[in-house]
Amino acid sequence: MNWVGLYNYWIVIFLMMTGFYIVVSQGNLVKKLVGLNLFQTSVFIQYISMGKMPGGTAPIESSAPAVYSNPLPHVLILTAIVVGVATTALGLALAVRIKQAYGTVEEDRIREEDRNV
Amino acid sequence: MRQTHSDKDYQVLQVVAKLLVPYILLFALYVQFHGDFGPGGGFQAGVIFAAGVILYAMAFGLDKAMSLLSPQVLRPLAALGVLIYGGTGVAGMFLGGHFLDYYVLATPPTAGQHLGIFLVELGVGLTVTCVMLLIFFAFAQRAEQAP
Amino acid sequence: MIDIVLLTFLAATAIAVVRHRNLFAVVMLAGIYSLLSAGLFVTLDAVDVAFTEAAVGAGISTVLFLATLALTGPREAVPVRKPYLPMVVVSITGAALIWGTLDMPRFADPQAPIHQHVAPRYIETSPTEIGIPNMVTSVLASYRGYDTFGEVTVIFTAGVGVLALLGIRRKRSSKDAAEKE
Repeated sequence: MNWVGLYNYWIVIFLMMTGFYIVVSQGNLVKKLVGLNLFQTSVFIQYISMGKMPGGTAPIESSAPAVYSNPLPHVLILTAIVVGVATTALGLALAVRIKQAYGTVEEDRIREEDRNV
Repeated sequence: MRQTHSDKDYQVLQVVAKLLVPYILLFALYVQFHGDFGPGGGFQAGVIFAAGVILYAMAFGLDKAMSLLSPQVLRPLAALGVLIYGGTGVAGMFLGGHFLDYYVLATPPTAGQHLGIFLVELGVGLTVTCVMLLIFFAFAQRAEQAP
Repeated sequence: MIDIVLLTFLAATAIAVVRHRNLFAVVMLAGIYSLLSAGLFVTLDAVDVAFTEAAVGAGISTVLFLATLALTGPREAVPVRKPYLPMVVVSITGAALIWGTLDMPRFADPQAPIHQHVAPRYIETSPTEIGIPNMVTSVLASYRGYDTFGEVTVIFTAGVGVLALLGIRRKRSSKDAAEKE
């Protein structure tokens, strides 16, 4: 069995779990968003790895005959990156508003403030 | 960006930015309009253009960048981008095809595809640039006012 | 070979992101992480994606994070709980996912299902059918134009959302500033 062929996927899973760990274990909302970004990028790497062809080149037609990598994941991820930054910005905007309303972006202290109300 | 430093402290940054910004913006336009033949397209061009303007804003101050591209102009332009995209689709319907069917836009059909893709990418580029800049301005303005 | 090195760097950067408490360092590391992944995309033939990731991940999103930190403060509170439960959950999920990969086609396998269905059609017919050489552009704007329309609408909506939450004040004239005093 060719274990080296799975190295990409394993690293992707490691990165994904790191992002997941940050999201569930850290209390700071900004750090949580960084974790979400890590998670998101690992998904991008997974998609692009799947589209790779052995000895392939970028999917732009050239006069010389060539093997092209799969263009479909590239398209999906290309749009996902830009959508990702737009949604991250929305999350950051929410964090800024939460800071204004509660004076903190730490989850525990936000919960305390809620309880005191 | 706060006024604790004088402008002279940023001179190196400003000179380098002044050299770089025009080329970044030109490169963004190249990526936009050469996207059919090389790597590129509306999404990439939009973010590169926005990154160029953001560099300008960081080197020369937010107010200068905001008077260059004021939010009042960017807001309608962001909507216009989506409208161009949707309008291209609806135009295909009026010319007897389906929604987003570019073959009917011109003859021969591949010319129609060219035209359709050009318009759609233009819409994408416009919306992405404007939205990214608006988001940046919104954040940066808040950050400048922070105590 | 290069991609194995890059992937290892990515993993190291991710660990550093978890361990740092200073959020400025975390944000800069996230920028490095994005730049590394952009390099990885180039080696995996996704030049269009690499472009976007480099401009967005290392450029725009880092700036947005820094602007947020200026408002919310650069230090993270020391956690009161020990993160044992998250660690267990993450380990189990990761193990399940790794078990899942054992059935996946190996990296760069030309027989993988992803290369069998629509991709060959795009690669073979798009240069003549659409008439432009960049297949990513023709799939993005033409074959999957409907998807892309949705994506553009999402970006626009997110922009509207940010403006609704934060808002941009009109340019401050000296009169406004005087009134504020």
